Amino acid sequence: MAILELRDLTKRFGETVAVDRFTLSVEKGEFVSLLGPSGCGKTTTLQMIAGFETPSGGTILLNGRDLAKVPARARGLGIVFQTYALFPHMTVEENVGFGLEMRKVPADERRRRIAQTLDLVHLSHLSGRYPRQMSGGQRQRVALARALVIEPELLLLDEPLSNLDAKLREEMQLELRRIQQEAGVTTLLVTHDQSEAMALSDRIAVMQGGRLIQEASPFDAYDRPANGFVSSFLGKSNAIPGHLEGGAAGTKLRCRELTLDGPASGETPGPVLISLRPERIEFTGEAEGIVAGRVSERIFLGDKWLFKVETGLGELLVVRRNSGRREPEVGEAVHLFWQAEHLRVLSAESAE
Amino acid sequence: MIGTRPWLLSAPALVLFLVMLVTPLIMTAVLSFNSFDFYGGIKPTFGLGNYADVLSDSYFYEIFGRTFMIALVTTVIAALIGTPQAYFMLRMHPFWRSVMILVVLGPLLISVVVRTLGWAILLGNNGVINEALRRFDMIERPIKMMYTSGGIVLALVHVMVPFMILAVWAALQRQDPATEKAAESLGAGPFTVFRRIVLPQAMPGILSGSLIVFSLSASAFATPAILGGRRVKVASTTVYDEFLNTLNWPLGAAIAIILLVAVLAIMVAWNRLVEKRFAGVFQ
Ligand SMILES: Nc1ncnc2c1ncn2[C@@H]1O[C@H](COP(=O)(O)OP(=O)(O)O)[C@@H](O)[C@H]1O
Ligand SMILES: [Mg+2]
Repeated sequence: MAILELRDLTKRFGETVAVDRFTLSVEKGEFVSLLGPSGCGKTTTLQMIAGFETPSGGTILLNGRDLAKVPARARGLGIVFQTYALFPHMTVEENVGFGLEMRKVPADERRRRIAQTLDLVHLSHLSGRYPRQMSGGQRQRVALARALVIEPELLLLDEPLSNLDAKLREEMQLELRRIQQEAGVTTLLVTHDQSEAMALSDRIAVMQGGRLIQEASPFDAYDRPANGFVSSFLGKSNAIPGHLEGGAAGTKLRCRELTLDGPASGETPGPVLISLRPERIEFTGEAEGIVAGRVSERIFLGDKWLFKVETGLGELLVVRRNSGRREPEVGEAVHLFWQAEHLRVLSAESAE
Repeated sequence: MIGTRPWLLSAPALVLFLVMLVTPLIMTAVLSFNSFDFYGGIKPTFGLGNYADVLSDSYFYEIFGRTFMIALVTTVIAALIGTPQAYFMLRMHPFWRSVMILVVLGPLLISVVVRTLGWAILLGNNGVINEALRRFDMIERPIKMMYTSGGIVLALVHVMVPFMILAVWAALQRQDPATEKAAESLGAGPFTVFRRIVLPQAMPGILSGSLIVFSLSASAFATPAILGGRRVKVASTTVYDEFLNTLNWPLGAAIAIILLVAVLAIMVAWNRLVEKRFAGVFQ
């Protein structure tokens, strides 16, 4: 059964529609991410679920119960704020215990649950510290512990890792996933960071302009993006406009003056936008090459190389794993190859 | 070069500070050690006679006691009014907030004397308040408000509340508004949020505001002079009387120095206490 159900949730601020008929359901124990660019309405959606904003329309159901008339303090949700919002005048222990105190949990049980939760986030040794005396990553853990200790039915996280530096962010991603699974808490995360959403979630809901664009597993969202926006927002992508033609022996794709093998049939012929992931393109010999091109730029990224190649299809991004072999230099003539099955057809209307 | 530049840049302020504040202060201190008699006037002797006179006379204890009691009560009332006021202003719509700021700072724009005379008109035995109460048959005889400590406190609170509001306001603006939401999401009602989350974070502002209000109230002159007159004397009006009526300048100077030292001592002790209490919590 769905723990959380959003039905046609809408929020207007005067003329602007921040959230537009947003529908989503989150199952028990699931980790779902709302992913979208800044200003697409993620925070507003979360604030409505938390009870800090009143929806202009639609319903929010928690365990089948309509939350419209339930004030924020009675919803029993665990919330981790982007700024952590720790109480600066309370120690870690007092911060974590606040929610239990409000629930009038007896002192000895309170102590036990605080200790247990601090243990979960690996902070037991800092229970007497004040927030100001801690690093960003540690504060993050306190915020998480404070939200988890009340054993919420749903954990809401608003860009929880965006205030951390890159290295710490990666560590915390793993930690967050571990903690979420150990606590077994249903989680809704809001983020603009596609790699974060992919690393953490069971399911991603991609938002744009207040609307839900695609809802899928991270793998499917990446591999079968619903439209050009999703394909360019999730990782890097080559967008190739062309004309699809059906045929007995599979489809053909006409693009500029070239004709290529198209993806497997089943797609409607007509003008289309094709998405091709840069890591699915290989350098190859002239005989096997699908298109010829010339390397115009080459960037070394440590574990991989990023190339820009001028071809008859336009400029294509190519990503190659750094396997220690010699890679083409800038200005070198190259031939590119890919399996036709990696071409993804995005309907032409969705072209930006 | 780098070493001397800050000094050069702050030289004008420094000179002004020396000439206008330090010089009279030193002269007052020197004066307080001189002696005085009614026939010979001020004698350039050096002794602690004036201090001994003040500290051995219960009359002066009463005056200092009253002075600090008035300052203390004023501070407490200003904090009780100013803190919630600053919090409400923070949560107001920006338009009403600017209106409120104008209302709050209004008293500071009017001369102390004018404002205090206004209070005199309100508080007098035949003043506006007593007249109104009499008209509605709520009292037989006028309530005495002029020439009482209560009247002085009332008028001082009126002047001091803006300082308190500004200090608390500054502290509240530093707090993360999400802390209130966090407390709410954990199950706290509005009153609990104010008492457990907002108030402790406003504390540094309340404490520094109290420091300002207390020292200004303890050394206030115009308000107690007009509303207290000769009957309800405080330290500053006593100094004034010694200088201008009795012409015993050395005694007046000694009272002034004692007031200064006492206020300074209270401020330092207060600050110490605050720093110890909040070490580690607030930077
Ligand atoms: N209180 C508000 N008043 C007016 N407009 C708002 C308010 N909050 C958010 N918005 C607008 O709603 C849109 C979505 O905002 P938000 O939910 O914060 O986006 P995100 O969290 O995805 O970056 C933005 O265009 C923003 O300007
Ligand atoms: Mg946001």
